[in-house]
Amino acid sequence: MPADFNWAIGGEAGDGIDSTGKIFAQALSRAGRHVFTSKDFASRIRGGYTAYKVRTSVDRVQSVVDRLDVLIALTPRTIDENLEELHEGSVIIYDGERTTMQDVEIPDEMVGLDVPLKGLAEEAGGAIMRNVVALGAACAVTSFPIENLDSSLKKRFGDKGQAIVENNKEAARKGLDYVTEEYDEDDLGYDLDTTDNDYVLLNGDEAIGMGAIAAGCKFYAGYPITPATDVMTYLTGRIERFGGHVVQAEDELAAINLALGAARSGARSMTATSGPGIDLMTETFGLIATSETPLVICDVMRSGPSTGMPTKQEQGDLNTLLHGGHGEVPRFILAPTTVAECFWKTVEAFNLAEQYQTPVYLTSDLALAVTEQTFEPDAFDMDAVEIERGNVVDEESIGDHQTEQEQFKPHELTEDGVSPRAFPGTAGGAHMSTGLEHDELGRRTEDTEMRVKQVDKRDRKVATAREREDWSPREFGNPDAENLVVSWGSNEGALVEALAFLEEDGVDVRVLSVPYIFPRPDLSEEFEAAEEVVVVECNATGQFADVLEHDTLTRVKRINKYNGVRFKADELATDIKETLSA
Amino acid sequence: MSSQVRFTDFKSDKQPTWCPGCGDFGTMNGMMKALAETGNDPDNTFVVAGIGCSGKIGTYMHSYAIHGVHGRALPVGAGVKMANPELEVMVAGGDGDGYSIGAGHFVHAVRRNVDMSYVVMDNRIYGLTKGQASPTSREDFETATTPEGPKQPPVNPLALALASGATFIAQSFSSDALRHQEIVQRAVEHDGFGFVNVFSPCVTFNDVDTYDYFRDSLVDLDEEDYDPTDREAAKERVLDADKEYMGVLYQDEDSVPYEAQHGLDSPMHEVDDGAPEGAMDLVREFY
Ligand SMILES: Cc1ncc(C[n+]2csc(CCOP(=O)(O)OP(=O)(O)O)c2C)c(N)n1
Ligand code: SF4
Repeated sequence: MPADFNWAIGGEAGDGIDSTGKIFAQALSRAGRHVFTSKDFASRIRGGYTAYKVRTSVDRVQSVVDRLDVLIALTPRTIDENLEELHEGSVIIYDGERTTMQDVEIPDEMVGLDVPLKGLAEEAGGAIMRNVVALGAACAVTSFPIENLDSSLKKRFGDKGQAIVENNKEAARKGLDYVTEEYDEDDLGYDLDTTDNDYVLLNGDEAIGMGAIAAGCKFYAGYPITPATDVMTYLTGRIERFGGHVVQAEDELAAINLALGAARSGARSMTATSGPGIDLMTETFGLIATSETPLVICDVMRSGPSTGMPTKQEQGDLNTLLHGGHGEVPRFILAPTTVAECFWKTVEAFNLAEQYQTPVYLTSDLALAVTEQTFEPDAFDMDAVEIERGNVVDEESIGDHQTEQEQFKPHELTEDGVSPRAFPGTAGGAHMSTGLEHDELGRRTEDTEMRVKQVDKRDRKVATAREREDWSPREFGNPDAENLVVSWGSNEGALVEALAFLEEDGVDVRVLSVPYIFPRPDLSEEFEAAEEVVVVECNATGQFADVLEHDTLTRVKRINKYNGVRFKADELATDIKETLSA
Repeated sequence: MSSQVRFTDFKSDKQPTWCPGCGDFGTMNGMMKALAETGNDPDNTFVVAGIGCSGKIGTYMHSYAIHGVHGRALPVGAGVKMANPELEVMVAGGDGDGYSIGAGHFVHAVRRNVDMSYVVMDNRIYGLTKGQASPTSREDFETATTPEGPKQPPVNPLALALASGATFIAQSFSSDALRHQEIVQRAVEHDGFGFVNVFSPCVTFNDVDTYDYFRDSLVDLDEEDYDPTDREAAKERVLDADKEYMGVLYQDEDSVPYEAQHGLDSPMHEVDDGAPEGAMDLVREFY
C-alpha cells in the first residue's frame, strides 16, 4: 500500500468544518500531494455531527480507508464517531478549555494534543480563527511546511482583504508554535513530503459543470436538491462568461421544461437533479424522447426512496433511469466512475444527445459529487474536447429533407434512425414537435404502420450507436484472472485500491468498471470465461447485477452496500474475498 | 418580410377537429392575424401549445412549435425565448392546462416576465376530457365529476396575474374578431409577458358560459375612459365581482423583460468546434 496519511476535522454543522477541511486539502494539493476527500454530514445546517476527511499521499489516492492518523476534534462526539478508525499513535488535537471538551478522555495508546485553540485564535485577532489554529497545529504534527497553508488561506480569505489573510496566517503559526514548544517531537511522528507536482483539486459536481461548459452547454435550468445543487452553483457566474445562462426554476417540472425549450431553440442544454427530481421530470422525459430533443439530464443519486437519506450515498435510481416513464422510449445512460470522468462523460453526454437526438441521463452519485480529488491538469485537457452536433440542416441542405410541398421532415425515417434537425429561424424548417405519435412531418397520427415505423426508427438510434461508439468498460487488475469483479459509478476507486489488499492475500481478480449503463457493453464472453462473477454496487437489491444476469444469462454474486456510506477500499477487499470463497 | 406574410401562412394543412362552433377557431384566427400583423413569419415564430382541445392549436398552425405535456407550456416557452431571443414566442393553452395543473408555472411565468405572449382559451370547462369542472368553472356548475358543482370559488386568473407582478394583463372574447386580434396584438407587442385570458366558449359541454352570455355581459374597457397603466384601477377591475371586462386591464409601460435584465441578446445555438476559448481558465481555478 502507498504510504498514505489520513486526517479529519469534525464537529458540529456550523463549526466551519467544511471550509477548514478544504483549506487543508488545498494546501496539500498545492504542495504536490495527492488528495482524496470525503464528508460525513447530516441533513441540517446547524448542529449535528459533521466531518471532513482527507486522505493524502504522494501517490495517487482514489478512495477512503478505515484509518485516521490525525483528528481535529471540536466536539467529544467527533472522537466517539471515529474511534474505530483511530489507532495506536493517532494524534487527536482538541481544545481542553472548550466547555464541552473538558472531560474528554483520550485513549491511552493515542496522543492527545490539548491546544487552546480559541485562546490562541483570540491572540491572533479573533476566536473565529480557532480552526485555523488547529490547522497550524496539524502542520506541526506532520512536519508539513506551513507556507503551503498560506496560499490556501489567501485563496480562501483573499476577498475579505489582506488584513484577514494575515491574521489567519498568524493564527496558523500560533498553533504550530504552541505544539512545537509544548510537545515532544517523538510523539508527533508524521512526515508529509511535498513534491513539485501540479495538481488541481475538485469534486464531481464541479467537474460536471466544467464538462458542460467545455461541451458548449449554454443553458442550464435546475431546482436545488442535495447533492446536485453544486452543479448549478458551479455554472452560475461561470457559464455567462461563455455566452450561457442559468435559471433557478420554480420546481423540477419547470426546470426540465425550460431546458427542453432551450434545446428546441438549438442550445446545448442541461438540467441536474437527484432522485425525487427525476421522478418529477419523468413525464417530460417521455416527451423529450419522442420529440427527439437532445437534452442532458443529470441525476446525482442520493439515498432513497422518497426523501430517503438526502445526505447519504446510494446507487438506487438505476431501475428508474432504465425504465422510468410510461410507454417505451430509447435513452442513453452514462455513469461516470471518477471525478475526472464526470467531466468527460458530461462532454460525451452532450455529443450523444445531439448525434442521436435523444435525452441522455448522466448518472452520478453523492460519493462522486462531494468528493474532491486531485488530478494532473491534463485530466481536463480542453484541447482534447471534441464536439459532435449530429445532423443539423441549414437553409441550403434543408431542401433534401422536405416533401414535395416543401414541408420539413423532422422525423424523417432514416436508416440510422437519426433525422435532420433544423434550428428555429431556419427558413423552410418550420415544424411541430409533439409527444403524440407522429408522422415524418411531426403531425399526429394513429396510423398503425407509421406508429411501428416511428417506434422502430427511435429504437434504431440505439442500435446504430452501439455499432459506432465504443462502449467498452474500463479494465483493471489481472486480465487473465479467473474471477471477475464488475462495478459501476463511483465504486471504481475503492475497487482499484482493493486490488492491492487482495494481492497481499494472494487473491487475483479482473475488474471491469462500467461507465455505460445503456447501451452497455456485452459482457457475455467475459462472464462465461470467469469462474465467478461478483457485481459490486451501492443498493440493496443489486439493480445492475439483475440487468447483467439478464443480459448474459449467467448467475452472478453480489456485494451490496446500502447503509448510506460509500465503499472503503480495505473493507471492499474483505468483502470480495469472502464472497468469492462463499 | 411582413408585407409578404399573410395570416394564412400561419395555417397548417391540417383541418381542425374542433366541434363546429367552438370558440377556439376564433381565438386561433386572431392569434395568426396578430402574428402576421406584427411582422412575424412562420420561420421566426415559435408556438408552444398545452394539452386539451385548446392545445391542439399547435397542430393547426404552421410555425416552429412544440406540443408539450399537460400544464408545462409556459416553462417551455420561456426556455425557447431565453435561448433564442430573436424568436417570437407565443404560448397557448386552456384554463385547465394553465390554471389547474399549470397554476404554479403561471405565477412564476408572470414573475419572470419573459418577452412572450400567453393566450389562454378559457371555456370554464375541461373540453378534451369531455366536460369536467375546470378551475374557472362557477361554484355551482354541475358536471359528472361535480354533481353539485365544485363548491369552491373559481380561480381569478387576472387577479392572480396582477398579484404576481404582471406587466401586461388583458381579457378578450374569441367571437369579437377585430377586438380579439387587436388585444392579442398588443400582448405580442408588449415588452415582457403578455397575458391574455380569452373567453373561448365550449359549445359542447358548457351551456352556461355561452357566446350569448359573454356577448351580453362583457364590458369593453375601450368604451369607458380607462387607463391601463393605472395599477389601482386595474386592481379594482380585476377584483370586481359583478362585472367582467374585455380589453387591456393593465400594462406596465416600463416593463423590462427577463432577457434584457439578464443580458440575453443573441441565440445560443452556435457552439465552437472544441471547448470554448478560455476554458482552460476553468481548470486553473482549481489549483
Ligand atoms: C398529466 C395529465 N393529466 C391528465 C391529462 C388529461 N387531460 C387532457 S386535456 C385535460 C383538460 C384540459 O382542459 P383545458 O385546459 O381547460 O382545455 P380544453 O380542452 O377545455 O380546451 C386533461 C385533464 C393529461 N393529458 N395529462
Ligand atoms: S369539446 Fe368544447 S372546447 Fe373542445 S372542441 Fe368541442 S367545443 Fe371546443
